[in-house]
Amino acid sequence: MRPTLRLLEDSLIERILDEARTIVGTLGVEIHNPGVLALLGDHGARIDAAGSRAFIPGALIDRALESAPSGFHLYDVLGQETHHFCGDRVHFTPGSAAITVLDGDTGEIRKPHTADYIKYVKVVSGLRHIEAQSTAFIPADVPSRVSDSYRLYLSLLYGEKPVVTGAFTIEAFAIMRDLQLAVRGSETALAEKPLTIFSCCPTSPIKWSDVTSQNVVDCARASIPVEFISMPLTGFMAPVTLVGSIIEHAAETLSGLVISQLANPGAPVLWGGSPAIFDVRYETTPMGAVETMMLDCANSEVGKFLGLPTQGYIQMSDAKQLDAQAGLESTMGATLAALSGINSVSGPGMLDFESCQSLEKLVVDHEVCAMTQRLLAGIEPRDDFPSLPLFEELLREKHLLIAKHTRKHLKAEILVPGPVIDRANHARWVEEGSLTLGARARAEVARLVAAYTPSRLADEAKAELTRRMAAEAKRYGMDRLPAQT
Amino acid sequence: MDLLKSIAESLEHGDDERVHALVTEAVAAGLPAGDVLNQGLIAGMGVVGEQFRLREIFLPDVLLAARAMYAGLDVLKPLLARDGVPTAGTVVIGSVQGDLHDIGKNLVGIMLKGAGFEVVDLGNDVAPERFVDAAARSGAAVIGLSALLTTTMSVMKDVVDLVKARGLKARVIVGGAPVSEAFAKDIGADAYGFDAANAVDRVKALAAGA
Repeated sequence: MRPTLRLLEDSLIERILDEARTIVGTLGVEIHNPGVLALLGDHGARIDAAGSRAFIPGALIDRALESAPSGFHLYDVLGQETHHFCGDRVHFTPGSAAITVLDGDTGEIRKPHTADYIKYVKVVSGLRHIEAQSTAFIPADVPSRVSDSYRLYLSLLYGEKPVVTGAFTIEAFAIMRDLQLAVRGSETALAEKPLTIFSCCPTSPIKWSDVTSQNVVDCARASIPVEFISMPLTGFMAPVTLVGSIIEHAAETLSGLVISQLANPGAPVLWGGSPAIFDVRYETTPMGAVETMMLDCANSEVGKFLGLPTQGYIQMSDAKQLDAQAGLESTMGATLAALSGINSVSGPGMLDFESCQSLEKLVVDHEVCAMTQRLLAGIEPRDDFPSLPLFEELLREKHLLIAKHTRKHLKAEILVPGPVIDRANHARWVEEGSLTLGARARAEVARLVAAYTPSRLADEAKAELTRRMAAEAKRYGMDRLPAQT
Repeated sequence: MDLLKSIAESLEHGDDERVHALVTEAVAAGLPAGDVLNQGLIAGMGVVGEQFRLREIFLPDVLLAARAMYAGLDVLKPLLARDGVPTAGTVVIGSVQGDLHDIGKNLVGIMLKGAGFEVVDLGNDVAPERFVDAAARSGAAVIGLSALLTTTMSVMKDVVDLVKARGLKARVIVGGAPVSEAFAKDIGADAYGFDAANAVDRVKALAAGA
C-alpha cells in the first residue's frame, strides 16, 4: 500500500475550482502580451485590450483540460528516459534560479560563478535519487541577458540529466531551444523526447507578464514541457485563508493552462506552484512554514483532481546555513510532498527561502529524497507468510544475519544511507574524526566532484553547444565565455 | 598460487561450498596447510575486513565470508595441528554476570572465528571465576567481556582484578553499549572495542602482544 496524504475533500476541490473558473471568467486575467490576448480572443475569450485583460469562458477551460496530457516523459541528453510524470510517481529536482550560493569552504553566502555551476553539475550528476538537474543558480560572471541560457548551456555540456530551467526574457527562449536542438538534432526529436521543463510564472494576483506568457506560448509550440509556477502570498497578494490562496492558485494556473493548450493542444504541462504564506513580522515568504507546505500539497491535489501531473517548490528552507532548521524544514517538505504524490518535487539544496543554493545541503537533501522514496515503497509482505519456518531458523541459528531470507530482502527492505548520515556508535564516530554534518557533507561533495565522469554526449554536440552559446554571448557584448576551470 | 587466489576470492564471495572444495583440492595437491591458511583463507578475510571497514560491504557479507572460512578450516585443522602451525590464538568470551544479553558478544565471536581465532564462548551471565578458569584451561591470549547494562558493567572490573590476582597472562578486552574507552582504562582493562569489527582488530593487536 502506498502511503498517501490528503488535505482536501473532493467536494471542497470542486468548490475551489468553481470559484477559480468564475474569477477568470468574470474578473478576468491581466495579460501584458498583445499576442497572447489575441490568441485568447481568437478562441472566444472576451478581451479588454485597454485593460490588458482577458475574460476566459468555462468552455475554453474545458477544452484545455481535455487536450492537456495526463502525463509525459522526460529524457536525458543521451535520449534515455529518466522521468514519467504521471499518477503518484515522485521525482526530485534541485531548487532553481538561486542568486547566491553558500560557499562550503568559507561558509560565506556569495554570488556564484561558472566554476561553482560546473561543480554543482558534477555533484548532481552523482545523486541517484535526484533524477533531474535544475538550472540551480545564476552565474554572475556573464551578462544578465545570457545568464539564463548560460546555465542551461553548462548543464547540457557537463551533465546528462534533463534540466528544469526557464527563460528570463522572450528573446532567450530561442537560444535555449537551440541549445536543446544541438543535443537532440531536430525539432521533431526534441518534441518526441523532451529534455527540459521550463518554469513559467504568473504574477499574483492573476496576471501574466509579457515575458512569461510568451514563454508559455513558445514552449507549447515547441512541445517543451512547462511547469506553471503560481505564487500567491497569503494575506498579502492572496486571501489569508489557505482555501482562498488555493482558489487564486487555481485561477492563475488554469489561465496558463488555457494559453498553453490554445498555442498547441496536447502540449505537456505540470500543474505546479510555489505558494507561500506571508510572514507579517519579517515581511518574508517562508518556504519552511507548514502552511506553505500544506498549500503546495493542496494545490497538487487540485491538479490531480483535474487529471494533470503536478509540481511543487516544497523541499526548501528559510535557514541561512546547513543547520537543524534547514534539515527539519526540508525533510518535512519532502515527506509531505512525497505522501501527496507531487510528481516533480523542487527544492533540494535551497536555503534562504528560494535564493541560496548549497551543495552541502543538496547532498543532505539527497538522503532525504532516498528516505522518502523508501517511505513511498511502503510495507509489503516479502516471503513473510507462513512465518514459522523463518522463526524456527531464528531460534535454531540464534540470528538471521546470513539467512537466505535476509540476503534476499535486505536491500529492498532496508535503505542504506550514504556517508552524510551518521549511524556510527559514539566511539566509532569519535575515532573517525567526530565529524559534524557539515564536515561530512563537504567530504561527500568533494567525493562526488572527484568521482564525476564527463557527459557521454557526442563531442560534436558539445562543440555545437559551445559554438551557439558563444555566439549568443557575443550578441550581448561578451567576446569570450568564462574559463571553465 | 592460482588455487590459493581462488580460495581467497571464493571466501570473499562467501561461497562456503567452493572454499571447502578448493581447500580440499589444495591439500590433495600437496600445498602446505599453513600456506593455504595464510595465503588463501586469511588473505581473503583480510580483503573482506577492509571492504567492510570502507563500508563497501555489510555485516552479512562478512559473516558469509566467515562461514566460508570455517568451511576451509574444517579441512585444514587436523593438518595445521599435525604441522604445528600456530593458530591466531584463543579468545574466551562471554557476557558478564547478571547480564543476559548476548547479541553483541555473539557477533564478536562469529567475527573472531572468521579471523582465525579459536573462540571459547561461555554464553551469558558468566561469573568472573568462570572466565578466569576457562582462560587458564585453554591458554587463551585474550578474554572478551561484554555488557549491555550499566548495572552489570561493574562486574568487568571484578574479572580484570581476578585475572591479575591469578597471575594470568591473558589480556582483557571489554565492549558493549554502556562501555567506553575511559571506562576500560578506569578498570584496568587492556582494550576496548567499540563494535564487533573494531573488537577483532583490538584482539588481533592484543594477541600479537601490543
